[in-house]
Amino acid sequence: MEAVTGSHHFSTLSLSFSHNKTLRSSSAKSIRLSSPSTNASLSSRNWFAKEVWGWVNSNSKGVAVRRYTRGVVVRAEMFGQLTSGLETAWNKLKGEEVLSKENIVEPMRDIRRALLEADVSLPVVRRFVQSVSDQAVGVGVIRGVRPDQQLVKIVHEELVQLMGGEVSELVFAKSGPTVILLAGLQGVGKTTVCAKLANYLKKQGKSCMLVAGDVYRPAAIDQLAILGKQVDVPVYTAGTDVKPSEIAKQGLEEAKKKKIDVVIVDTAGRLQIDKTMMDELKEVKKALNPTEVLLVVDAMTGQEAAALVTTFNLEIGITGAILTKLDGDSRGGAALSVKEVSGKPIKLVGRGERMEDLEPFYPDRMAGRILGMGDVLSFVEKAQQVMRQEDAEELQKKIMSAKFDFNDFLKQTRTVAKMGSVSRVIGMIPGMGKVTPAQIRDAEKNLLNMEAMIEAMTPEEREKPELLAESPVRRKRVAQDSGKTEQQVSQLVAQLFQMRVRMKNLMGVMESGSLPTLSNLEEALKAEEKAPPGTARRRKRSESRSVFGDSTPARPSPRGFGSKN
Amino acid sequence: MATTSASFARFSVISRPSSSNPQFILFNAAPRTGTPHSRTGSARFRCLAGQTGFFTKLGRLIKEKAKSDVEKLFSGFSKTRSNLAVIDELLLYWNLADTDRVLDELEEALLVSDFGPRITIKIVENLREDIFSGKLKSGNEIKEALKRNVLELLTSKGSKTELQLGYRKPAVIMIVGVNGGGKTTSLGKLAYRLKNEGAKILMAAGDTFRAAASDQLEIWAERTGCEIVVAESEKAKASSVLSQAVKKGKELGFDIVLCDTSGRLHTNYSLMEELISCKKSVAKVVPGAPNEILLVLDGTTGLNMLPQAREFNDVVGVTGLVLTKLDGSARGGCVVSVVDELGIPVKFVGVGEGVEDLQPFDAEAFVNAIFM
Repeated sequence: MEAVTGSHHFSTLSLSFSHNKTLRSSSAKSIRLSSPSTNASLSSRNWFAKEVWGWVNSNSKGVAVRRYTRGVVVRAEMFGQLTSGLETAWNKLKGEEVLSKENIVEPMRDIRRALLEADVSLPVVRRFVQSVSDQAVGVGVIRGVRPDQQLVKIVHEELVQLMGGEVSELVFAKSGPTVILLAGLQGVGKTTVCAKLANYLKKQGKSCMLVAGDVYRPAAIDQLAILGKQVDVPVYTAGTDVKPSEIAKQGLEEAKKKKIDVVIVDTAGRLQIDKTMMDELKEVKKALNPTEVLLVVDAMTGQEAAALVTTFNLEIGITGAILTKLDGDSRGGAALSVKEVSGKPIKLVGRGERMEDLEPFYPDRMAGRILGMGDVLSFVEKAQQVMRQEDAEELQKKIMSAKFDFNDFLKQTRTVAKMGSVSRVIGMIPGMGKVTPAQIRDAEKNLLNMEAMIEAMTPEEREKPELLAESPVRRKRVAQDSGKTEQQVSQLVAQLFQMRVRMKNLMGVMESGSLPTLSNLEEALKAEEKAPPGTARRRKRSESRSVFGDSTPARPSPRGFGSKN
Repeated sequence: MATTSASFARFSVISRPSSSNPQFILFNAAPRTGTPHSRTGSARFRCLAGQTGFFTKLGRLIKEKAKSDVEKLFSGFSKTRSNLAVIDELLLYWNLADTDRVLDELEEALLVSDFGPRITIKIVENLREDIFSGKLKSGNEIKEALKRNVLELLTSKGSKTELQLGYRKPAVIMIVGVNGGGKTTSLGKLAYRLKNEGAKILMAAGDTFRAAASDQLEIWAERTGCEIVVAESEKAKASSVLSQAVKKGKELGFDIVLCDTSGRLHTNYSLMEELISCKKSVAKVVPGAPNEILLVLDGTTGLNMLPQAREFNDVVGVTGLVLTKLDGSARGGCVVSVVDELGIPVKFVGVGEGVEDLQPFDAEAFVNAIFM
């Protein structure tokens, strides 16, 4: 069902297949990267379907990879539940011939609810639903395109526009230092963003200076000083007894003397309804005449977002926003509100606690992910950063010759760690919006267990998993050395053999070129879903017989495997 | 025409939150610039080891103090009051024929307060049934029923709003939550409140990750006149800091140890595991500790409050909620869903940045402030 739903989205966007070898390797990487992280938490059937679906998406976007290759990628996990809500809306239109005022009422109610569940502010939801309804009902019949596909297309385009339409870059001053002023509520992460932003700009070759303008929150100046040291950027401080506007002025003078390219000014958190504090911010802005005034917004913000953005924009005049805490599972509806309410774009997103976790905001990828397509382009780009081409080709050869082993498995799990952990990787894979945080934690925990067991194996055992399958003594030793149970070791060995079979079958299907159209994909999915369990069963019996031959009559089968067979 | 007028009124209120500034200035100015007033008449209990009922009395005394602080809570909700005044406008001219329109607009008022679609539909359908069965016959009755519905959700499952500190000393309270929710600030305010009721307080700087977090807590310790245990080196683990603090609390006869922790997203496995370690390290020193694990929820958060609360509860077992930042125009309505689903009571609300701006939670006052 998951794959079928995905198929509709896929065909709507008119994506096509490519059989270029490089792209095939690329898709192989994404498949392998996803398998260890999802294996532990999803059933075999779901895992396999997502594997194939992931391949299809990454393969079809291969062309885009060449066109849009960038150093940084969006790895947002936003809108997971918004996705499932919207899928309900699509399903109600299946079977309809054309969109009309009558049959669109219920899907639009579902869309409205889904957006509210995602914390999009009510005024924004109202306008969005009205706009989508108008466009949908006005659309004439397009031959060959079903109504649900039309609605998907309209919602997708409207979401992209709502979030700003395209990537919005920071603006830099033409002469003298660029001044960036950060503002926002308490606790949204302004001080952390200051340091991340400095780190981000340093990588672009610009010299930076931070100015500690938060004189209210205890230890705020210390925090900025420590963070500045972490990213090796000077921090101007003047203590807590000087007025923020005076600190800003002094900091700017200091930056000019030192010929600094960019000055980033931190401010205290404040409520937009606090007139005294808002007036103080106006003074700071007047003192600086900043190039950019960026409102820092927490992605977890609720209905308050629209009023918040409106007031800061009216009172201070923002030039854009930075959205923080996207590494959680917040629905992130605040993102939809920022542009709609203020007319100003989201320029950057923060999605982690590390100083490197600041990236441009890509509205089109976000919208694609909302519609259940995941962020495959970002996934592929990220995978390419951490895995060399030669490694990928070598791994593909091993898979085809059934020599995938624990060394390769370990390399995969470490690759996932480099990409930023299971929860980040899963968020980029299509259809994974429904995975719960508890499942993600289980998956991470299982990965850690797997790594511990593999590290307890000898080099021979890693290369030849059959040694472990054949020998209870070896399994027991691995279990003791890694602190796990013998049953866990047995399960891990069995999983590797199952994975070998699945990978080989999948590669065979791809190599044969039997996937020229989407309908063939669906048939292939049905066929492949049947193969792995049967094959796995046969292999297990084979292992069991082999073990029997090595053991004494008193122990007719290994304990771990015996209990499973 | 009425509909258009009502919609316009509601929208204009939303887009002009600054209109409430005059009401708010009087309240907000004091906490930031004024020095905390010492409380006259506060009884000081002698801290006797093993004295049964000490914490029970402390809890009761805090509860009584809440009543005299209700006015401050109302002030914090001034913006909410302005925003939801449309409910009165709607209900003043209500008649049966307008039921669907009125309920639709009540629904929107709840949604704007971050109640979320699921629980809003639940409340509105309850009202609809009562209206059509003849139980509610006037606008005022509908409003009272609305309040009762919300109050019922807050109190039927989450009724133990006092701190449950057990019988052993020291009692241990852990403060947990996501980044930026106001944990350290809430801990400082709580220390101030408990100390004023006569308890001997020890703070533990368990946030060993965020830059300057210990410095921040040390400043709060200074402000409140409490002692504090901080990490001895930059690489110290949070669990060992908390463990040392509870040991010291035990040896030196402190009544309560307040444990700060670093902010973490509930989706981060490693950090949530670290939180389990912190809890276990405390339990080793004092069996049964921590007595309370308070989850700090930021009042500006939307519906993500619920998954946050679910995960923290699953991982370490949350015993109470602290709802922060209610001095702004955010309503924190999702907390009603949290209490309804998980049965965890709200114990405190934060209504400002001053040392006295932490109120014991009063469900009735909270509901009245939202719908007044």
